[in-house]
Amino acid sequence: MRALPVGDRALLVELASGDEAQALHAELLRRRAAGTLTVREVVPAARTVLLDGLEEPSRLAAQLADWTVPPVPPRAEEAIEIPVRYDGPDLAEVAALWGVPEDEVARIHSAAEFRVAFCGFAPGFGYLTGLPARYDVARRATPRTSVPAGSVALAGPYTGVYPRASPGGWQLIGTTDRVLWDHARVPAALLAPGARVRFVAVGSV
Amino acid sequence: MTDRALAVVRAGALTTVQDLGRPGYAHLGVPRSGALDPPAAALVNRLVGNPPEAAVLETTLNGCALRPRSAVTVAVGGAPCAVTVGGRPAPWGAPVRVPGGTLLDIGPAQSGVRGYVAVSGGVAVEPVLGSRSTDLLSGLGPAPLTDGTVLPLGHPVGPHARVDAVPQPGPPAELVLRVTPGPRDDWFTATAVRTLVTRAYRVSTASNRIGLRTEGPALERSRTGELPSEGMVWGAVQVPPDGRPVVFLADHPTTGGYPVIAVVRPADLPAAAQAVPGTPVRFVAVRRR
Repeated sequence: MRALPVGDRALLVELASGDEAQALHAELLRRRAAGTLTVREVVPAARTVLLDGLEEPSRLAAQLADWTVPPVPPRAEEAIEIPVRYDGPDLAEVAALWGVPEDEVARIHSAAEFRVAFCGFAPGFGYLTGLPARYDVARRATPRTSVPAGSVALAGPYTGVYPRASPGGWQLIGTTDRVLWDHARVPAALLAPGARVRFVAVGSV
Repeated sequence: MTDRALAVVRAGALTTVQDLGRPGYAHLGVPRSGALDPPAAALVNRLVGNPPEAAVLETTLNGCALRPRSAVTVAVGGAPCAVTVGGRPAPWGAPVRVPGGTLLDIGPAQSGVRGYVAVSGGVAVEPVLGSRSTDLLSGLGPAPLTDGTVLPLGHPVGPHARVDAVPQPGPPAELVLRVTPGPRDDWFTATAVRTLVTRAYRVSTASNRIGLRTEGPALERSRTGELPSEGMVWGAVQVPPDGRPVVFLADHPTTGGYPVIAVVRPADLPAAAQAVPGTPVRFVAVRRR
Protein backbone atom coordinates (compact mmCIF):
# COMPACT_ATOMS: atom_id res chain seq x y z
CA MET A 1 0.00 0.00 0.00
CA ARG A 2 1.33 3.40 -1.02
CA ALA A 3 -0.40 6.72 -0.35
CA LEU A 4 0.32 9.42 -2.93
CA PRO A 5 -0.62 13.03 -2.16
CA VAL A 6 -2.99 14.63 -4.70
CA GLY A 7 -2.80 18.39 -4.20
CA ASP A 8 -3.36 19.60 -0.64
CA ARG A 9 -6.62 17.89 0.22
CA ALA A 10 -6.59 14.43 -1.34
CA LEU A 11 -4.76 11.11 -1.20
CA LEU A 12 -4.51 8.39 -3.82
CA VAL A 13 -3.94 5.07 -2.10
CA GLU A 14 -2.37 2.54 -4.41
CA LEU A 15 -2.90 -1.16 -3.75
CA ALA A 16 -1.31 -4.30 -5.14
CA SER A 17 -4.53 -5.65 -6.66
CA GLY A 18 -8.14 -4.86 -7.41
CA ASP A 19 -9.23 -7.09 -4.53
CA GLU A 20 -7.08 -5.10 -2.12
CA ALA A 21 -8.56 -1.86 -3.45
CA GLN A 22 -12.08 -3.20 -2.89
CA ALA A 23 -11.13 -4.30 0.62
CA LEU A 24 -9.67 -0.90 1.51
CA HIS A 25 -12.72 0.82 0.05
CA ALA A 26 -14.98 -1.25 2.30
CA GLU A 27 -12.78 -0.47 5.31
CA LEU A 28 -12.83 3.27 4.53
CA LEU A 29 -16.63 3.25 4.31
CA ARG A 30 -16.80 1.34 7.60
CA ARG A 31 -14.60 3.93 9.31
CA ARG A 32 -16.50 6.82 7.81
CA ALA A 33 -19.81 5.32 9.00
CA ALA A 34 -18.30 4.84 12.47
CA GLY A 35 -17.34 8.53 12.53
CA THR A 36 -13.58 7.97 12.75
CA LEU A 37 -12.86 9.24 9.21
CA THR A 38 -14.01 12.54 7.70
CA VAL A 39 -13.77 12.71 3.94
CA ARG A 40 -16.02 14.10 1.16
CA GLU A 41 -15.36 11.57 -1.61
CA VAL A 42 -14.15 7.97 -1.46
CA VAL A 43 -13.58 6.84 -5.04
CA PRO A 44 -12.44 3.27 -5.57
CA ALA A 45 -10.92 2.41 -8.96
CA ALA A 46 -9.00 -0.41 -10.60
CA ARG A 47 -6.11 -0.55 -8.11
CA THR A 48 -6.51 2.63 -6.10
CA VAL A 49 -8.85 4.43 -3.77
CA LEU A 50 -9.00 8.23 -3.94
CA LEU A 51 -9.91 10.16 -0.80
CA ASP A 52 -10.85 13.77 -1.57
CA GLY A 53 -11.74 16.51 0.88
CA LEU A 54 -9.37 15.54 3.70
CA GLU A 55 -8.26 18.05 6.33
CA GLU A 56 -4.86 16.46 6.90
CA PRO A 57 -3.98 14.02 4.13
CA SER A 58 -0.42 13.50 5.38
CA ARG A 59 -1.62 12.43 8.80
CA LEU A 60 -4.02 9.87 7.32
CA ALA A 61 -1.26 8.67 4.96
CA ALA A 62 0.97 7.97 7.96
CA GLN A 63 -1.80 6.16 9.84
CA LEU A 64 -2.85 3.98 6.89
CA ALA A 65 0.29 1.88 7.19
CA ASP A 66 -0.86 0.66 10.60
CA TRP A 67 -4.38 -0.26 9.58
CA THR A 68 -5.48 -3.86 9.47
CA VAL A 69 -7.66 -4.19 6.40
CA PRO A 70 -9.68 -7.41 6.28
CA PRO A 71 -10.03 -9.07 2.85
CA VAL A 72 -13.04 -8.13 0.69
CA PRO A 73 -15.86 -8.61 3.16
CA PRO A 74 -18.81 -10.84 2.32
CA ARG A 75 -21.93 -8.80 1.61
CA ALA A 76 -24.97 -9.56 3.70
CA GLU A 77 -27.47 -8.38 1.10
CA GLU A 78 -28.70 -10.39 -1.87
CA ALA A 79 -26.95 -10.16 -5.20
CA ILE A 80 -28.59 -7.74 -7.65
CA GLU A 81 -29.96 -9.81 -10.54
CA ILE A 82 -29.68 -8.42 -14.04
CA PRO A 83 -31.65 -10.35 -16.69
CA VAL A 84 -29.75 -10.50 -19.97
CA ARG A 85 -30.60 -11.52 -23.50
CA TYR A 86 -27.25 -12.81 -24.73
CA ASP A 87 -27.66 -11.52 -28.26
CA GLY A 88 -24.95 -8.84 -28.56
CA PRO A 89 -23.28 -8.06 -31.90
CA ASP A 90 -19.87 -9.16 -30.54
CA LEU A 91 -21.05 -12.50 -29.15
CA ALA A 92 -19.37 -14.51 -31.92
CA GLU A 93 -16.13 -12.57 -31.54
CA VAL A 94 -16.08 -13.10 -27.76
CA ALA A 95 -16.86 -16.82 -28.22
CA ALA A 96 -13.91 -17.06 -30.62
CA LEU A 97 -11.62 -15.23 -28.18
CA TRP A 98 -12.71 -17.57 -25.39
CA GLY A 99 -12.43 -20.62 -27.70
CA VAL A 100 -15.97 -21.80 -26.92
CA PRO A 101 -19.22 -22.19 -28.90
CA GLU A 102 -21.40 -19.08 -28.91
CA ASP A 103 -24.02 -20.39 -26.50
CA GLU A 104 -21.28 -21.15 -23.96
CA VAL A 105 -20.67 -17.40 -23.54
CA ALA A 106 -24.05 -16.97 -21.88
CA ARG A 107 -23.49 -20.00 -19.64
CA ILE A 108 -20.01 -18.88 -18.52
CA HIS A 109 -21.03 -15.26 -18.01
CA SER A 110 -24.22 -16.00 -16.10
CA ALA A 111 -22.50 -18.60 -13.90
CA ALA A 112 -20.04 -16.07 -12.44
CA GLU A 113 -20.72 -13.96 -9.39
CA PHE A 114 -19.72 -10.36 -9.92
CA ARG A 115 -18.89 -7.47 -7.66
CA VAL A 116 -18.91 -3.76 -8.52
CA ALA A 117 -15.23 -2.85 -8.25
CA PHE A 118 -15.77 0.81 -9.08
CA CYS A 119 -17.91 3.20 -11.11
CA GLY A 120 -17.08 5.91 -13.63
CA PHE A 121 -17.37 6.77 -17.32
CA ALA A 122 -21.04 7.72 -16.82
CA PRO A 123 -23.34 7.93 -13.80
CA GLY A 124 -24.39 4.39 -12.93
CA PHE A 125 -21.72 2.66 -15.04
CA GLY A 126 -20.07 0.01 -12.89
CA TYR A 127 -16.86 -1.89 -13.57
CA LEU A 128 -17.74 -5.43 -12.46
CA THR A 129 -15.17 -8.09 -11.67
CA GLY A 130 -15.86 -11.79 -11.27
CA LEU A 131 -14.99 -13.57 -14.52
CA PRO A 132 -11.88 -15.75 -14.28
CA ALA A 133 -8.79 -14.07 -15.78
CA ARG A 134 -8.73 -16.43 -18.79
CA TYR A 135 -11.86 -14.67 -20.06
CA ASP A 136 -10.26 -11.19 -20.24
CA VAL A 137 -10.92 -9.61 -23.65
CA ALA A 138 -9.36 -6.60 -25.34
CA ARG A 139 -11.45 -3.56 -26.27
CA ARG A 140 -12.57 -3.32 -29.87
CA ALA A 141 -9.93 -1.84 -32.19
CA THR A 142 -12.43 0.78 -33.35
CA PRO A 143 -14.92 2.03 -30.78
CA ARG A 144 -18.58 2.27 -31.78
CA THR A 145 -19.93 5.80 -32.06
CA SER A 146 -23.09 4.71 -30.28
CA VAL A 147 -23.68 1.78 -27.96
CA PRO A 148 -27.38 1.33 -27.05
CA ALA A 149 -28.50 1.78 -23.43
CA GLY A 150 -28.72 -1.55 -21.60
CA SER A 151 -25.86 -3.14 -23.55
CA VAL A 152 -23.97 -5.72 -21.48
CA ALA A 153 -20.32 -5.53 -22.43
CA LEU A 154 -16.84 -6.84 -21.70
CA ALA A 155 -13.41 -5.18 -21.66
CA GLY A 156 -10.24 -6.40 -19.96
CA PRO A 157 -11.23 -8.07 -16.71
CA TYR A 158 -14.49 -6.11 -16.48
CA THR A 159 -18.15 -6.49 -17.32
CA GLY A 160 -20.23 -3.32 -17.61
CA VAL A 161 -23.74 -2.27 -18.55
CA TYR A 162 -24.22 1.01 -20.45
CA PRO A 163 -26.71 3.16 -18.47
CA ARG A 164 -27.51 5.25 -21.54
CA ALA A 165 -26.57 5.35 -25.19
CA SER A 166 -22.99 6.54 -25.59
CA PRO A 167 -19.88 5.90 -27.65
CA GLY A 168 -17.94 2.87 -26.45
CA GLY A 169 -15.27 0.35 -27.31
CA TRP A 170 -16.35 -2.60 -25.19
CA GLN A 171 -17.39 -5.98 -26.64
CA LEU A 172 -21.18 -6.22 -26.60
CA ILE A 173 -22.50 -9.63 -25.57
CA GLY A 174 -26.09 -8.88 -24.58
CA THR A 175 -28.87 -6.53 -23.57
CA THR A 176 -30.83 -5.88 -20.40
CA ASP A 177 -34.01 -3.95 -19.67
CA ARG A 178 -32.97 -3.15 -16.09
CA VAL A 179 -32.61 0.58 -15.56
CA LEU A 180 -29.06 1.28 -14.39
CA TRP A 181 -29.56 4.94 -13.61
CA ASP A 182 -32.72 6.85 -12.76
CA HIS A 183 -32.18 10.12 -10.95
CA ALA A 184 -35.81 10.12 -9.76
CA ARG A 185 -35.20 6.81 -7.98
CA VAL A 186 -33.52 6.35 -4.58
CA PRO A 187 -30.81 5.29 -4.96
CA ALA A 188 -30.38 6.63 -8.48
CA ALA A 189 -27.67 4.10 -9.34
CA LEU A 190 -28.61 0.41 -9.42
CA LEU A 191 -24.95 -0.47 -8.96
CA ALA A 192 -22.65 1.06 -6.33
CA PRO A 193 -19.09 -0.03 -5.51
CA GLY A 194 -19.07 -3.23 -3.46
CA ALA A 195 -22.49 -4.50 -4.62
CA ARG A 196 -22.83 -8.18 -5.66
CA VAL A 197 -24.29 -8.81 -9.08
CA ARG A 198 -25.52 -11.84 -11.04
CA PHE A 199 -26.50 -11.91 -14.68
CA VAL A 200 -29.45 -14.15 -15.48
CA ALA A 201 -29.89 -15.41 -19.05
CA VAL A 202 -33.42 -14.81 -20.33
CA GLY A 203 -35.26 -15.50 -23.59
CA SER A 204 -33.66 -16.90 -26.68
CA VAL A 205 -32.09 -15.23 -29.63
CA MET B 1 -46.79 28.06 -13.85
CA THR B 2 -46.91 30.95 -11.42
CA ASP B 3 -45.59 34.39 -12.29
CA ARG B 4 -42.38 33.53 -10.41
CA ALA B 5 -40.74 32.60 -13.67
CA LEU B 6 -38.09 33.76 -16.07
CA ALA B 7 -38.44 33.45 -19.85
CA VAL B 8 -35.24 32.99 -21.84
CA VAL B 9 -35.37 35.32 -24.85
CA ARG B 10 -31.80 34.78 -26.04
CA ALA B 11 -30.01 31.77 -24.58
CA GLY B 12 -26.52 32.75 -25.74
CA ALA B 13 -23.69 30.41 -26.70
CA LEU B 14 -23.96 28.28 -23.58
CA THR B 15 -26.04 29.31 -20.60
CA THR B 16 -26.56 26.77 -17.85
CA VAL B 17 -28.11 26.60 -14.40
CA GLN B 18 -25.47 26.21 -11.70
CA ASP B 19 -25.29 26.03 -7.92
CA LEU B 20 -22.77 24.51 -5.53
CA GLY B 21 -22.83 21.24 -7.48
CA ARG B 22 -23.31 17.67 -6.32
CA PRO B 23 -20.30 16.64 -4.26
CA GLY B 24 -20.30 13.21 -2.62
CA TYR B 25 -21.31 11.09 -5.62
CA ALA B 26 -17.97 10.66 -7.40
CA HIS B 27 -18.01 6.95 -6.48
CA LEU B 28 -21.11 6.58 -8.69
CA GLY B 29 -19.43 8.33 -11.62
CA VAL B 30 -21.21 11.64 -10.96
CA PRO B 31 -19.05 14.75 -11.48
CA ARG B 32 -19.13 17.47 -8.86
CA SER B 33 -20.28 20.12 -11.36
CA GLY B 34 -21.50 23.53 -10.07
CA ALA B 35 -20.46 27.09 -10.99
CA LEU B 36 -17.03 27.12 -12.62
CA ASP B 37 -16.20 30.42 -10.89
CA PRO B 38 -17.69 29.79 -7.42
CA PRO B 39 -16.70 33.17 -5.86
CA ALA B 40 -18.46 35.05 -8.69
CA ALA B 41 -21.61 32.93 -8.30
CA ALA B 42 -21.56 33.42 -4.51
CA LEU B 43 -21.18 37.18 -4.90
CA VAL B 44 -24.17 37.68 -7.22
CA ASN B 45 -26.29 35.53 -4.90
CA ARG B 46 -25.28 37.71 -1.94
CA LEU B 47 -26.08 40.88 -3.89
CA VAL B 48 -29.70 39.82 -4.51
CA GLY B 49 -30.20 38.41 -0.98
CA ASN B 50 -30.09 34.72 -1.95
CA PRO B 51 -28.55 31.99 0.19
CA PRO B 52 -25.25 30.54 -1.11
CA GLU B 53 -26.94 27.37 -2.38
CA ALA B 54 -29.38 29.23 -4.67
CA ALA B 55 -29.04 28.39 -8.36
CA VAL B 56 -27.78 31.08 -10.75
CA LEU B 57 -27.26 31.22 -14.50
CA GLU B 58 -23.75 30.81 -15.90
CA THR B 59 -23.28 32.43 -19.33
CA THR B 60 -20.44 31.84 -21.76
CA LEU B 61 -18.85 34.67 -23.78
CA ASN B 62 -21.94 36.28 -25.28
CA GLY B 63 -24.36 36.63 -22.37
CA CYS B 64 -28.11 36.08 -22.67
CA ALA B 65 -31.41 37.94 -22.52
CA LEU B 66 -34.18 37.21 -20.04
CA ARG B 67 -37.70 38.43 -19.33
CA PRO B 68 -39.05 37.90 -15.81
CA ARG B 69 -42.82 37.51 -15.51
CA SER B 70 -42.92 39.52 -12.30
CA ALA B 71 -40.61 42.10 -10.73
CA VAL B 72 -37.31 40.61 -9.56
CA THR B 73 -33.95 41.81 -8.34
CA VAL B 74 -30.99 40.58 -10.36
CA ALA B 75 -27.23 40.93 -10.17
CA VAL B 76 -24.75 40.17 -12.93
CA GLY B 77 -21.11 39.35 -12.14
CA GLY B 78 -18.15 37.28 -13.24
CA ALA B 79 -17.03 38.37 -16.70
CA PRO B 80 -17.61 42.15 -17.05
CA CYS B 81 -20.31 43.07 -19.58
CA ALA B 82 -22.92 45.66 -20.46
CA VAL B 83 -26.30 45.18 -18.77
CA THR B 84 -29.53 46.79 -19.93
CA VAL B 85 -33.03 46.73 -18.46
CA GLY B 86 -35.76 47.62 -20.94
CA GLY B 87 -33.07 48.99 -23.24
CA ARG B 88 -31.57 51.34 -20.62
CA PRO B 89 -28.07 50.79 -19.25
CA ALA B 90 -28.01 49.23 -15.79
CA PRO B 91 -25.12 48.60 -13.41
CA TRP B 92 -23.01 45.45 -13.57
CA GLY B 93 -21.96 43.87 -10.28
CA ALA B 94 -24.79 45.46 -8.29
CA PRO B 95 -28.43 44.66 -7.48
CA VAL B 96 -30.80 45.84 -10.22
CA ARG B 97 -34.60 45.91 -10.12
CA VAL B 98 -36.26 44.45 -13.23
CA PRO B 99 -40.02 45.07 -13.54
CA GLY B 100 -42.20 42.16 -14.66
CA GLY B 101 -42.30 41.76 -18.45
CA THR B 102 -39.18 43.91 -18.96
CA LEU B 103 -36.24 42.64 -20.99
CA LEU B 104 -32.96 42.13 -19.12
CA ASP B 105 -30.07 41.93 -21.57
CA ILE B 106 -26.67 40.67 -20.52
CA GLY B 107 -24.20 41.64 -23.21
CA PRO B 108 -21.10 39.87 -24.47
CA ALA B 109 -18.18 39.50 -22.07
CA GLN B 110 -15.86 42.51 -22.47
CA SER B 111 -13.16 40.34 -20.93
CA GLY B 112 -13.27 36.93 -19.34
CA VAL B 113 -15.57 34.08 -20.33
CA ARG B 114 -18.29 33.29 -17.79
CA GLY B 115 -20.94 35.63 -16.47
CA TYR B 116 -23.20 34.88 -13.51
CA VAL B 117 -26.78 36.06 -13.20
CA ALA B 118 -28.50 35.76 -9.84
CA VAL B 119 -32.25 36.37 -9.62
CA SER B 120 -33.96 37.00 -6.28
CA GLY B 121 -35.43 33.68 -5.14
CA GLY B 122 -32.99 31.68 -7.25
CA VAL B 123 -33.68 29.47 -10.26
CA ALA B 124 -35.95 26.75 -8.90
CA VAL B 125 -35.71 23.89 -11.40
CA GLU B 126 -36.09 20.40 -9.89
CA PRO B 127 -32.87 19.32 -8.14
CA VAL B 128 -31.12 16.10 -9.17
CA LEU B 129 -29.16 14.45 -6.35
CA GLY B 130 -29.52 17.62 -4.32
CA SER B 131 -28.28 20.02 -7.00
CA ARG B 132 -29.79 22.08 -9.81
CA SER B 133 -26.51 22.22 -11.73
CA THR B 134 -26.25 21.33 -15.39
CA ASP B 135 -23.56 18.69 -15.77
CA LEU B 136 -22.37 18.69 -19.36
CA LEU B 137 -20.30 15.52 -19.09
CA SER B 138 -23.04 13.21 -17.90
CA GLY B 139 -26.17 15.13 -18.84
CA LEU B 140 -27.53 15.47 -15.30
CA GLY B 141 -29.59 18.49 -14.29
CA PRO B 142 -31.39 20.87 -16.66
CA ALA B 143 -30.27 20.96 -20.29
CA PRO B 144 -28.38 24.08 -21.40
CA LEU B 145 -30.92 26.88 -21.94
CA THR B 146 -32.51 27.41 -25.32
CA ASP B 147 -34.50 30.37 -26.62
CA GLY B 148 -38.00 30.14 -25.19
CA THR B 149 -37.08 28.11 -22.09
CA VAL B 150 -39.11 29.20 -19.06
CA LEU B 151 -37.41 28.75 -15.70
CA PRO B 152 -39.31 28.67 -12.41
CA LEU B 153 -38.05 31.02 -9.68
CA GLY B 154 -38.07 30.48 -5.93
CA HIS B 155 -39.36 32.97 -3.37
CA PRO B 156 -36.92 35.61 -2.15
CA VAL B 157 -35.76 35.01 1.39
CA GLY B 158 -33.81 38.17 2.15
CA PRO B 159 -33.44 41.80 1.07
CA HIS B 160 -30.87 42.62 -1.58
CA ALA B 161 -27.53 44.04 -0.52
CA ARG B 162 -27.17 47.82 -0.22
CA VAL B 163 -23.80 48.51 -1.76
CA ASP B 164 -22.40 50.99 -4.23
CA ALA B 165 -19.68 48.77 -5.60
CA VAL B 166 -18.11 45.44 -4.73
CA PRO B 167 -14.62 44.36 -5.70
CA GLN B 168 -14.40 41.46 -8.14
CA PRO B 169 -11.18 40.05 -9.55
CA GLY B 170 -10.71 40.92 -13.21
CA PRO B 171 -10.26 38.11 -15.73
CA PRO B 172 -6.61 37.07 -15.94
CA ALA B 173 -4.33 38.60 -18.58
CA GLU B 174 -2.03 35.73 -17.70
CA LEU B 175 -3.35 32.65 -15.94
CA VAL B 176 -0.99 31.64 -13.15
CA LEU B 177 -1.76 28.19 -11.80
CA ARG B 178 0.15 27.06 -8.73
CA VAL B 179 0.64 23.31 -8.85
CA THR B 180 1.96 20.61 -6.57
CA PRO B 181 3.54 17.72 -8.44
CA GLY B 182 2.01 14.23 -8.51
CA PRO B 183 0.43 11.84 -8.03
CA ARG B 184 1.83 10.49 -11.34
CA ASP B 185 4.74 12.83 -12.08
CA ASP B 186 6.91 9.70 -12.06
CA TRP B 187 5.23 8.67 -15.33
CA PHE B 188 7.01 11.58 -17.04
CA THR B 189 10.60 12.38 -17.87
CA ALA B 190 12.41 14.84 -15.60
CA THR B 191 12.51 17.18 -18.60
CA ALA B 192 8.71 16.98 -18.96
CA VAL B 193 8.16 17.91 -15.32
CA ARG B 194 10.54 20.87 -15.72
CA THR B 195 8.88 21.88 -18.99
CA LEU B 196 5.47 22.05 -17.32
CA VAL B 197 6.63 24.55 -14.70
CA THR B 198 9.02 26.63 -16.80
CA ARG B 199 7.59 26.93 -20.31
CA ALA B 200 4.68 28.98 -21.59
CA TYR B 201 1.30 27.45 -22.38
CA ARG B 202 -1.82 29.03 -23.80
CA VAL B 203 -5.52 28.36 -23.19
CA SER B 204 -6.88 26.31 -26.09
CA THR B 205 -10.19 27.00 -27.82
CA ALA B 206 -11.15 23.39 -27.02
CA SER B 207 -11.57 24.30 -23.33
CA ASN B 208 -14.95 23.78 -21.69
CA ARG B 209 -16.57 23.07 -18.34
CA ILE B 210 -14.93 19.65 -18.30
CA GLY B 211 -11.38 20.84 -18.71
CA LEU B 212 -9.11 23.76 -19.51
CA ARG B 213 -7.12 22.48 -22.45
CA THR B 214 -3.75 24.02 -23.19
CA GLU B 215 -1.42 24.46 -26.14
CA GLY B 216 2.30 24.41 -25.66
CA PRO B 217 5.24 22.02 -25.47
CA ALA B 218 4.18 18.38 -25.26
CA LEU B 219 5.10 16.54 -22.07
CA GLU B 220 6.97 13.33 -22.70
CA ARG B 221 6.22 10.21 -20.72
CA SER B 222 8.99 8.11 -19.22
CA ARG B 223 6.97 4.94 -19.30
CA THR B 224 4.65 3.38 -21.78
CA GLY B 225 1.65 1.23 -21.10
CA GLU B 226 -1.70 2.03 -19.63
CA LEU B 227 -2.44 3.43 -16.23
CA PRO B 228 -5.39 1.56 -14.69
CA SER B 229 -8.31 4.00 -14.20
CA GLU B 230 -8.10 5.99 -10.98
CA GLY B 231 -10.03 8.72 -9.19
CA MET B 232 -9.58 12.32 -10.35
CA VAL B 233 -9.96 15.65 -8.52
CA TRP B 234 -11.00 19.15 -9.66
CA GLY B 235 -7.71 20.81 -10.62
CA ALA B 236 -5.93 17.62 -11.67
CA VAL B 237 -3.52 18.29 -14.55
CA GLN B 238 -4.06 15.24 -16.73
CA VAL B 239 -1.81 14.56 -19.69
CA PRO B 240 -3.41 12.68 -22.60
CA PRO B 241 -1.29 10.92 -25.25
CA ASP B 242 -0.79 14.18 -27.22
CA GLY B 243 1.25 15.48 -24.25
CA ARG B 244 -0.74 18.72 -23.78
CA PRO B 245 -1.86 19.24 -20.20
CA VAL B 246 -5.59 19.46 -19.43
CA VAL B 247 -6.71 21.02 -16.15
CA PHE B 248 -9.84 19.27 -14.92
CA LEU B 249 -12.72 21.63 -14.08
CA ALA B 250 -16.15 21.12 -12.49
CA ASP B 251 -17.65 18.63 -14.96
CA HIS B 252 -14.54 16.42 -15.12
CA PRO B 253 -14.86 12.64 -15.27
CA THR B 254 -14.59 11.13 -11.79
CA THR B 255 -12.12 8.45 -12.88
CA GLY B 256 -9.61 8.48 -15.70
CA GLY B 257 -6.76 6.53 -17.18
CA TYR B 258 -4.26 9.22 -18.18
CA PRO B 259 -1.57 10.13 -15.66
CA VAL B 260 -1.94 13.28 -13.56
CA ILE B 261 1.38 15.14 -13.49
CA ALA B 262 0.33 17.80 -10.97
CA VAL B 263 -2.65 19.33 -9.17
CA VAL B 264 -3.68 23.01 -9.24
CA ARG B 265 -4.34 24.86 -5.97
CA PRO B 266 -8.14 25.23 -5.62
CA ALA B 267 -7.78 29.00 -5.04
CA ASP B 268 -6.42 29.41 -8.60
CA LEU B 269 -9.24 27.55 -10.35
CA PRO B 270 -11.87 30.33 -10.50
CA ALA B 271 -9.48 32.33 -12.71
CA ALA B 272 -9.21 29.31 -15.02
CA ALA B 273 -12.97 29.69 -15.62
CA GLN B 274 -12.39 33.22 -16.89
CA ALA B 275 -9.30 32.73 -19.08
CA VAL B 276 -10.21 33.29 -22.74
CA PRO B 277 -8.65 31.09 -25.41
CA GLY B 278 -5.15 32.36 -26.17
CA THR B 279 -4.49 33.57 -22.61
CA PRO B 280 -0.93 32.67 -21.55
CA VAL B 281 -0.83 30.01 -18.85
CA ARG B 282 2.02 29.60 -16.41
CA PHE B 283 2.18 26.55 -14.15
CA VAL B 284 4.18 27.43 -11.04
CA ALA B 285 5.50 24.68 -8.81
CA VAL B 286 4.71 25.16 -5.14
CA ARG B 287 5.38 23.01 -2.16
CA ARG B 288 2.64 20.97 -0.61
CA ARG B 289 1.20 22.77 2.40
